[in-house]
Parts: sequence; C-alpha cells; structure tokens
Amino acid sequence: MSSAVLTAVGLRKTYGTTPALAGADFGISAGETVAVMGPSGSGKSTLLHCLAGIVLPDAGTIMYGGRKLSALSDAERSALRRSEFGFVFQFGQLVPELTCIENVALPLRLTGHSRRAAERAAMPWLERLEVADLANKRPGEISGGQGQRVAVARALATAPRVVFADEPTGALDSLNGERVMELLTDAARATKAAVVLVTHDPRVAAYADREIVVRDGHTRSMGAAA
Amino acid sequence: MRHTTHLLYTLNVYTVCIVLRMTISHTLLGFLESGPCHGYDLKHSYDQRFGNDRPLHYGQVYSTLSRLLKRGLVEVEGMEPGGGPERKRYAITEAGVTDVTQWLVTPEKPDSYLQSTLYTKVVLAILTGRDAAKLLDAQRAEHLRLMRELTRRKTGGDLADQLICDHALFHLEADLRWLELTTARIDRLSAEVRS
Repeated sequence: MSSAVLTAVGLRKTYGTTPALAGADFGISAGETVAVMGPSGSGKSTLLHCLAGIVLPDAGTIMYGGRKLSALSDAERSALRRSEFGFVFQFGQLVPELTCIENVALPLRLTGHSRRAAERAAMPWLERLEVADLANKRPGEISGGQGQRVAVARALATAPRVVFADEPTGALDSLNGERVMELLTDAARATKAAVVLVTHDPRVAAYADREIVVRDGHTRSMGAAA
Repeated sequence: MRHTTHLLYTLNVYTVCIVLRMTISHTLLGFLESGPCHGYDLKHSYDQRFGNDRPLHYGQVYSTLSRLLKRGLVEVEGMEPGGGPERKRYAITEAGVTDVTQWLVTPEKPDSYLQSTLYTKVVLAILTGRDAAKLLDAQRAEHLRLMRELTRRKTGGDLADQLICDHALFHLEADLRWLELTTARIDRLSAEVRS
C-alpha cells in the first residue's frame, strides 16, 4: 500500500501462554476507514493496542510515518498518541469532573495549548458533532449518545492522522449508533484521518471502506469497497 | 431518490420480494381509498412510492383495474372524453374497502429459510473436499460489500431510502451472523458431514 499511513507486518503477541496475535498484517491509508472484525478473543483489540503503540508486539514490525513504532521510547510513543492519534472507546471515557468543552479541549491542553486557545479550537468540533449546546454540561448530565459524540469530537480535536475506535457504538441504540458513525466517518474523511474501527457489528463495519477479519490471531483482508 | 447502477440489483430484489408481494391490486385499492383516480394517477402514485427501478407498466395498471372491476372491488365513477381514448375515473367500493382492510390486518407469513442455498453450498463443499471456510469468507465479503453500498445510499438518502435500506441491512446482518457462526462450527460440521 503505497500511501499507507500505518502498516504492520507479521505481528505476534502472547499473553502468558495465550497467543493473541499469531502473524497479523495490517495497512491503512490517509482518509481510509478500515473495520477490524472477528469473534471475541480473536485478537482484534490486541491488534488495535499494538497499532496504537499502547502495547509492543513480541515480534513483527509496525511502521508509522516512516518510523518504526517499536524503536520509539515509551515517552515518544505517549507523545505520538497525544498529538497524532485519536481514541474513541465503547464508553466515551470522558472525564466526569470536566465539562464537555473542557473534555474536548483536554488533548489540546496536553499538547501545550492555553486553556482559551484549546477551548476555542474545541468548539467547532462540538458544533460539527451536533452537541455544541452541551458545551458547558458535564458527562453525567448528558445521554450516552451525546457523550459518544463528545468523545468523537475529543478524538478529532488534535487533527490526528489516525483515529482508533474500539466498539464506538457498542453502548448505543441503533439510531444513535448510526449517527455517531456517520459523523465520525464524515469528519475523518474530511480531515484525511485514517480510522481503525474495531467492531463486532456488521452494520457498523458497513460504514468502513473495507474490512479485516481477525481469527485466531491471524488477519484476513476481505477486499476493498466497490 | 438517487440511484446508481450498483444498486439496481438490490432495488429489483426488494421490489420483487416486498413490493410485488404486497400485490399491486391491494396497493391500487389502498390508493383509491383516498378518492377516485384515473389509471394514470394510480400508476404515478405507485411508481413514486414503491416503484424504485421497477415502475408499473400501464398495461399492468389497466389489467389490474379490469380484474378489480370484475370482482366488484372498484367501479367506474365517470368518463372524461379527451383527444385520445376516453379516461375512466375509478372509485373503490365497500367490498373493495373490506378487501384491502382484510389484507392489511392479515400478518405476512415469515420466511423460515430452513434449507438455504448457502447451507447447501457449505455441505457440498465439505462433501467434495473443497475449502468450505474459503467459501464462507467469500460470501461474507460479498455481503459486506452490499452492506457498504446500502449504507452509503442510506446515508445520503431520504426517509424512504433509509427504511428500504434498513430492511435489507438487517437481513444481510442476520446472514452474516449465520456465516460467522458456521465458520466457527466448520470443523464440527465437516466431521458430521463426512461421517
């Protein structure tokens, strides 16, 4: 894949005696959304964690922007996650003490922006995700669907090159889940962010451009979009 | 509604499987409940709501109206002369209202798909020593390809598009779950089929 922003070849990872990845390959281009599917325990979350530099594989190579991820120090990988990667989890994992705008501004604050500049940059993302009216509310005062939109805004606020979304609609009803997927994929395509989307739900995977299936730690590509 | 060549297959399948099953005659009767119409108006009402890529032919409309007339479910309310043939205005009768009511309140028989083509293919692949898992993966990819198309159409579509696509997507999802489950049971199935 010539324009790949993130690639992985031959990834192996074992937890104790349990193999989670047994030679997984992966590649994603800028602006592309790839669904990672597979049964529970197949290794898809481990693949996501390796690709995001959260855990290091036992073997194999991950290349991001011409750099070998395993050659970076913990601090360098943390900096990468703060500034160039975005994350959306099944449960928004918003900071409950902060308002929505403060949550979205948080990754910008962590990369050195002043509070004012960070919140000014965060507001358009809340607008884009259709939750600007909730800017001053705390996560406990909003619904799960609204919280997930705030989480997507937070993931995109730093203009990441790669967004990692782990079951981003798993806790939402169908209509809310679909809207979150529409907003996530639209925003990612518009900003040329690549999205690694881990899901067990085929209707969510259908928002992606293509899918990878993980079985027993191996990946199988299921082909590109028509 | 927006259409692409890729979607013709899907639309045709759903027009045949859902809309035609509704039967044209009951649909026309339903339209006539709102007030008397010409055949021309009925055709356009049908095409606008249910036609998608399979609009009704005028011949289908008039032959259906002729049958409804014979069965006493509609009547000719008036004739309007014009440059061409005279135009009849059709109205629904009391018997027609009863008939369409009965049809609407009668639940459709759910399909059970007890002996699907996919199952037959999997068993035959095992029996003939072919790679059944590969077959299931190929089918899965094809299902997801269609789901992506429908999702794209749904995302940019109106409410009618969304509802039609959702119906298709939920059925495809059910198939995919079956494909996943069968893949997980392929070793056991192979042992049973070969025993």
